[in-house]
Amino acid sequence: MAIQSSNKSKIIYTLLAWSISAAIFFPIFWTLLTSFKTEAEAISASPSLFMFDWTLENYQDVLARSPYFEHFWNSVVISLGSSLIGLLIAIPAAWSMAFVQTKRTKNLLMWMLSTKMLPPVGVLIPIYLLFRDFDLLDTKLGLVIVMTLINLPIMVWMLYTYFREIPNEILEASRMDGASIKAEIFHVLLPIALPGIASTLLLNVILAWNEAFWTLILTAANAAPLTAFIASYSSPEGLFYAKLSAASAMAIAPILILGWFSQKQLVRGLTFGAVK
Amino acid sequence: MLKKITIATCTALSISAALTISASASAETITIATVNNGDMITMKELSSDFEAKHPDIDLKWVTLEENILRQRVTTDVATKGGQYDVMTIGTYEVPIWGKQGWLTELDGLGEDYDEEDLLPAIRSGLSINDKLYAAPFYGESSMVMYRTDLLEKAGLEMPTKPSWKFIRQAAKAMTDKEAGVYGICLRGKAGWGENTALITAMSNSFGARWYDENWKPQFNTQEWKDTLQYYVDVMEESGPPGASSNGFNENLALFQTGKCGMWIDATVAGAFVTNKKDSEVADKVGFAMAPDMGLGKRGNWLWAWTLAVPSSSQKSDAAQKFISWATSKEYSALVAKEKGWAAVPPGTRTSLYENPKYMEAAPFAETTLASIESVDPKNPTVKPVPYVGVQFVAIPEFQGIGTAVGQQFSAALAGKMTVEQALSNAQRLVDRAMRKARYPK
Repeated sequence: MAIQSSNKSKIIYTLLAWSISAAIFFPIFWTLLTSFKTEAEAISASPSLFMFDWTLENYQDVLARSPYFEHFWNSVVISLGSSLIGLLIAIPAAWSMAFVQTKRTKNLLMWMLSTKMLPPVGVLIPIYLLFRDFDLLDTKLGLVIVMTLINLPIMVWMLYTYFREIPNEILEASRMDGASIKAEIFHVLLPIALPGIASTLLLNVILAWNEAFWTLILTAANAAPLTAFIASYSSPEGLFYAKLSAASAMAIAPILILGWFSQKQLVRGLTFGAVK
Repeated sequence: MLKKITIATCTALSISAALTISASASAETITIATVNNGDMITMKELSSDFEAKHPDIDLKWVTLEENILRQRVTTDVATKGGQYDVMTIGTYEVPIWGKQGWLTELDGLGEDYDEEDLLPAIRSGLSINDKLYAAPFYGESSMVMYRTDLLEKAGLEMPTKPSWKFIRQAAKAMTDKEAGVYGICLRGKAGWGENTALITAMSNSFGARWYDENWKPQFNTQEWKDTLQYYVDVMEESGPPGASSNGFNENLALFQTGKCGMWIDATVAGAFVTNKKDSEVADKVGFAMAPDMGLGKRGNWLWAWTLAVPSSSQKSDAAQKFISWATSKEYSALVAKEKGWAAVPPGTRTSLYENPKYMEAAPFAETTLASIESVDPKNPTVKPVPYVGVQFVAIPEFQGIGTAVGQQFSAALAGKMTVEQALSNAQRLVDRAMRKARYPK
């Protein structure tokens, strides 16, 4: 009886999980479908799910009209560059906060997090002026710096949470064996915290890839990433839904594929320490 | 021998590479920021013609959605960032930015540019003290687009200059809700460039105005009540469901798929609804001027997408050469040759409307010209006003308050509040914003 009831609830939970997943995935699925329709079919009042004239014309048009690979390369450099530089700063910062705590560590962590609560537009003009004066407007370097600074609080917080799960005794033992701080971090801490570091890296690559405020404001023709590529297909006066869908599909495909292949690491990292 | 040939080839290649590098190094690169509208995409496609004629100028394009572009170029021009050499801006920005000294006067367009050929209403909106600060790329007004078959079935005939009374009658007669056909489609989505533009233009024909001569808001007047009440009533009677979230694109989709009997919106839509490739009703569309109430002003607006040079640009000469090319008669001829006469950017030059080939190819051309010519942005309302602009008020605060007022109108259309409440809220919030900005005398 108990087994039957357990099976029943398992089925209900499975169905619920599938329904929620389908609802979340539906907009992406619809975007993909629309990208293969003509503009007339894309705006049709009675849209068809699969019974339409499939076409690759939108992808051809988008590739002909925009330098997709330039935007793609800019996205790769900005997201990977900012995530790697961010890690270089966040690992020692999180190490010191996790293992060499002072009475102000918590306040410092909260202050770092509070910077994420500020609306970005609040600092738009000062940052724009700084970029102008340092010749960083429309450069990949400038965006790497901004993305690093924007995502640094999240990286430090995530790494801090992972590091806190590692018993201090292990690090103490290495110190007893005469390990330097560098050796302690590189040979003891990092191998143990590797899943957490990998998930932090992946999450930040995704966040930087999808960032669409600074990447649109601070770039023009040279450093514009895929967010600017998508924005160039949206129009309030003219119907370009099918082309916009094709551009969106091309912009999100790389990060979706990356997320698909690294989902185990991502889930493992994000749920690390959630259940004790 | 082989060695000599190899050396000679390498030398020649090196020289040619060096020449290529030096040529491209001497070429000046200008960055053009533009919106993703059909006419701009054509301009980008055909820009190889400009580059062929000006090998010393390279073009770099930044194409963006209108609101993102506005945010980006405003930030750049206000901080003198210098990221762009040519900016696509509207008739709202030109007088404000020109007065701020953010734009370069266009005095290098060339002797054969024929500035006198620009339509007077458009040219006047882009000039400060008779000096041109932006060149119009395409201009538009608004008009009535209607289904000739549905109107005929209803036993009515559209006048060339209809009244709002007739429009309501026709909308009711054409509506067949069971068949999913709605007599009238109007913008309902909140935004200063969305429903506020339409309703402000409408209000001009009802005798209303945003401010009196002393910058005091006028939403508490009978004229505004008549305007908004008409809008809400006609949409309730004959409009599509969910109209409060419909903008240009949503209504275009409804009209093209045969769901609207009439649509009052931008004249540029004439080319879309008569395009057989996208429109199911392409051969059943008629055009008429925007309606009026017999008070001397019609409910149509005036807008132009223009090309301007920010004062922060270091390449003003090259930028003006490009603007001269993109807004010239020769460019119109180039578009006609490559894409057909119906695809020529409308609403900027008198000569285009004197061209029989264009008039034949574009059934909406005559109404477009009449609509543009009927508007005076410096005298837009029945009663006198202290501002310039037909469907907007050319002050920097308008984007914010225009959108806030649009939200009230949209809420009234959605039935979330009464017309009186919406206007009372509009009056209060505009009054507060204007007093804060120290406008009322």
